[in-house]
Amino acid sequence: MKKLLLILVLIFAVVLTACGPKNTPAPAVDEPAPVEEPVVEEPATEVPQPTEAPVAEELEVMEPVELRFSYYADGNEADVMQGLVDKFMAANPNITVVLDVVPYQTIDEQLPIQVETGEGPDLARITNFGAFRGKLLDLRPYLEDADYFEANFPAPVLAAMRSEGDTTALSGFPDALTITGPYVNKTLFDQAGIEIPGEGTTWQEWTDITKQVAEATGVQYAISVDRTGHRFAGPAMSMGATLIDENGNFTVDTPGFRAYAELINSWHEDGITPTEVWLVGDSLNSCIDFFKSGDLVMCMSGSWQINGLVNDVGDAFDWVVVPNPTGDGGSTGVAGGSAVVAFADSEHPAEVAKLMEFLIQPENFSEFSANTLSLPAQKEVASNGVAFKTDQQAVLDALSVFTNEVPKLQDQAVALNVHPYAFAYYRNSANRIGQYLTGELTLDETMQRLQQDIDDAIAEANQ
Amino acid sequence: MSAIFNFLTKTRGKNNLHITDMLTYLYLTLGIVIMFGPVLWLILSSFKSSAEVVKFPPRLLPYRQQTIQVEGFDDPLPLFNVQLDNGSTQTMAQVRRIGLEAQMIDPAKPEEIIKVNINNREPIENVYFGLDNFIEGIESFNFARYLWNSVIVTVVATIITLLVNSMAAFALSKYQFRGRQTIFLVMISTLMIPLSVVLVPVFLVITTVGWNNNLLGVIIPGAATPTGMFLLRQYMLTIPDELIDAARIDGASEWRIYAQIILPLSRPALAVLTIFSVMWRWNDFLWPLIVLSRNELFTLQVGLNSFQGELNVQWHLILAMTVLTLLPISIVFAFLQKNITTGIATTGFK
Amino acid sequence: MALATTIQRYLSKISEGIGQLFVNFFDLIFGSLQKLIGLKAMPYVFVLPNLLIFGIFILFPMLLNFRYAFTGGTSFFPDQREWVGLANFKQLLTCGNFLDPNSCREDLFWRALFNTGGYVVFQVGLMVVVSLITALVLNRKIRARGFFRSVYFYPVLLSPIVVALIWKWILQENGLFNGILTSFGLDKIPFLVNAQWAQFWVIIISVWAFMGFYTLILLAGLQSIPANLYEAASIDGADEWKSFWNVTLPLLMPQMVVVLVLALIRAVQIFDIVFAFTGGGPGTATLYLVQYIYSKGFASPSKQFGLAAAASLIMAGILIVLTVIQQIIRKEEE
Repeated sequence: MKKLLLILVLIFAVVLTACGPKNTPAPAVDEPAPVEEPVVEEPATEVPQPTEAPVAEELEVMEPVELRFSYYADGNEADVMQGLVDKFMAANPNITVVLDVVPYQTIDEQLPIQVETGEGPDLARITNFGAFRGKLLDLRPYLEDADYFEANFPAPVLAAMRSEGDTTALSGFPDALTITGPYVNKTLFDQAGIEIPGEGTTWQEWTDITKQVAEATGVQYAISVDRTGHRFAGPAMSMGATLIDENGNFTVDTPGFRAYAELINSWHEDGITPTEVWLVGDSLNSCIDFFKSGDLVMCMSGSWQINGLVNDVGDAFDWVVVPNPTGDGGSTGVAGGSAVVAFADSEHPAEVAKLMEFLIQPENFSEFSANTLSLPAQKEVASNGVAFKTDQQAVLDALSVFTNEVPKLQDQAVALNVHPYAFAYYRNSANRIGQYLTGELTLDETMQRLQQDIDDAIAEANQ
Repeated sequence: MSAIFNFLTKTRGKNNLHITDMLTYLYLTLGIVIMFGPVLWLILSSFKSSAEVVKFPPRLLPYRQQTIQVEGFDDPLPLFNVQLDNGSTQTMAQVRRIGLEAQMIDPAKPEEIIKVNINNREPIENVYFGLDNFIEGIESFNFARYLWNSVIVTVVATIITLLVNSMAAFALSKYQFRGRQTIFLVMISTLMIPLSVVLVPVFLVITTVGWNNNLLGVIIPGAATPTGMFLLRQYMLTIPDELIDAARIDGASEWRIYAQIILPLSRPALAVLTIFSVMWRWNDFLWPLIVLSRNELFTLQVGLNSFQGELNVQWHLILAMTVLTLLPISIVFAFLQKNITTGIATTGFK
Repeated sequence: MALATTIQRYLSKISEGIGQLFVNFFDLIFGSLQKLIGLKAMPYVFVLPNLLIFGIFILFPMLLNFRYAFTGGTSFFPDQREWVGLANFKQLLTCGNFLDPNSCREDLFWRALFNTGGYVVFQVGLMVVVSLITALVLNRKIRARGFFRSVYFYPVLLSPIVVALIWKWILQENGLFNGILTSFGLDKIPFLVNAQWAQFWVIIISVWAFMGFYTLILLAGLQSIPANLYEAASIDGADEWKSFWNVTLPLLMPQMVVVLVLALIRAVQIFDIVFAFTGGGPGTATLYLVQYIYSKGFASPSKQFGLAAAASLIMAGILIVLTVIQQIIRKEEE
């Protein structure tokens, strides 16, 4: 019987492999990698990668190396990055970098598991800085100028990628800085004959003014905010919410948080906000589409929308970015952005570091910022200024308003974005507040449920 | 009530066009509108520019504003119908707009600029079926490669599905052997559990086998579908055993009995499974998304989702690429629709 | 035309050749295998490929789910997960009042459970009725029956994501329907943000997407009913209504049961269409069980695998109980 089984398994394997080869070109490409050592002089050492890399460089008989770079894009970033990667490959003929452009869902849901199973890429563009702690590569030993790297990026972001207790590792860099803030349809204000209010206007005042504008111009909606805990947080903090205390603990139930939830609820009750933004479920819903179609006076979103507005609004109306409204807590947006990170499982750490170092060079970094119309997170680039690739004054104005918002960020507005458990807050808060707005939950229940969701997720992660 | 049933239950009978016949054709016409209308709307929308996609009220056909090349200007200028102060309307080109005021010129007299309130102008547009979205979409991802991968996955998976399930169905329907009942019951009992609730363990298995980022990881797990096995077994039960006995007496091997007697006789059921397998594989999204993260392995369904960013969705590209993925399966269906629908009908499903 | 037939002839020749090759090649292997192990063992050979794939990729993962359900933590590897006993089940099943999701520790699970129950009842009901009516219409003496049959079948070919995308484009606030309404001077209707409307449309589009398949099954059943039975009934003085109840329905029962069971299975598994269509909203009005499990376990970055696995086991338990009840009822009817 045993023999029979063996035969059967063999037959099955033959059938499987018969259809195998033509579908699996990938392993063939990877194959050369493991047999790289023997060429070099030191034969005995087993895992000498860190010391070996420089030697290999000196010898100039370099094995071809392939790096996989998982990349998601909101707009044209992948095209711009591909240009930079091509430039890098031209300068380093032995290194091939494959830019895998993937859906954001892959980065958000699948990448963590890929990395945990050791099947991940060499590099990736991520948004959830805390999700890969302990799995990232410390680039420091491979960098030519680690001090430059460290000095030119915000310390909290670099720290967010380190595992607990580690204070020196350099595992990646933020490739773009984003900040939340409201867009306003200037043409509608002009038509209504109402002046756009300046800095220091409260959310309640903005609500009233945009409502007047909408009424005067016959536009359907006055005011809205993207459906995510990230965009919700800024206004809530401005209204006095202390979401994250000095010890990094989340506290949801504060008067400021409640006040902003109640304000959004009043928008829904008054019918001055597009209900589809918050009431349709578990996905990203931005008010920007309503804004682009000219049906909405004010949309609280963020700096990443500029590119899309340029393309889609065109000449239809004038739009401006205004400073974040204020409240009991002052005025603050929320920082955000993505980062390029390297993974510890990479078989070619030296080459990864080389690519990283290439990307943070001022000329390359500013090329990325200029073409994607994003705020540079690299300090040298930021202080030199970026020549954004646009001929529209509105874009430059918008970028400068956003830039002016950066120094006004509250500590907690920076801490939120780099918080290791921010993910537990982002999605759950949007869903729970959505339930509150539909009347499924009272505000008290919402606060209690949301706190529970966050506590559960943190407890699970610490188990 | 009785009248409605009169209408519904009457089998083909009299020759004159009765009121019920008219109702029948009304129902069928409505059916065409309801079944095809939404798809047509998708196709029309896919030709619209990213700006027009978000416009309200939406228009049935894609439009583009007319432009005119005027001397002294590098770019073509957009054309508007302008209502002038004296009440007349004139076709004019817009140089630029500042706030509420548009600077317009008469294309015939490009030197004279007239200032017009933006409410007094109407863009002149014409219907435009441009391929811009399709070209941009195809250029920004490796369409040919993804198409190839989709075809490979669909074809190979369907062949394996047919082979593996028909063999099992043959054994389970035509032999008496120990464990037959158990195997059958265990397979059937998993029918109700969707793959989406066991994603994590299945992915763990795939990783252990080493099929992560490998088309085999997409193809194999769904190949042993209990639904397909069940369908084929039920059909094979209706094939008389005498045929098999006769073949055995003639000295045919079991494989020949399976391949030369049972398979040809099960053709309708196999056709149905083929259709469903092709459909499942071509449309499959969630599982390939989880297994594949390298661009050269992407199928079309995963590829077109790369237009979904964290903060932004490029709708015009998603719409256009969706239409492209619909095309092949729709064309195949158009040619084979008769075989497909009769195939399903004659399988019987008893 | 002549060319087409020549091509067809060649194609069929080629496929015949491939078929021959396939038969003879595998006969070499299987034939000698049969000589080696005997006729008695052959059925095992035939089931084996299927059994292997099924066992490794379907059954084993389902069993692995037990391991996840009784452990906690965010680790993906079962052996690195900590044993927590019944904690996950306790969390799911702690309720002040089982009929009020708000009183439950894991309120979303209970909302999803009730929503799924309601959806299954209405969707399956509507599906059977619409498919039956369409099959009856198609069974009348009509021109171009084949064409119309295909018309109703076409949406079955579309992927759930595409179905959702199409209908979202039609029903959203700035979509086609509201455009039509406003062009008649009517107010927009919040199809996607009103709980009842959203639940209604989820049922409608899922019926739209799959009714063609069930219609075909029922149509085949109708066409197999011998015409002389109707003649006999009308001689007995039965009107259309009566012969529908006394002839058509009873003879269509086998197909009706198939449709009912298949529609039930699909309805319980509802996920991707709705996920892409309403995302479970407004609030949680269209949150169904599979989406709850998916978003707890895979989608949510919080990776509560244990909770998701426990929920999927409870779901399986409910399905088994329902199947057993259905079997008992069927036995009693017989």
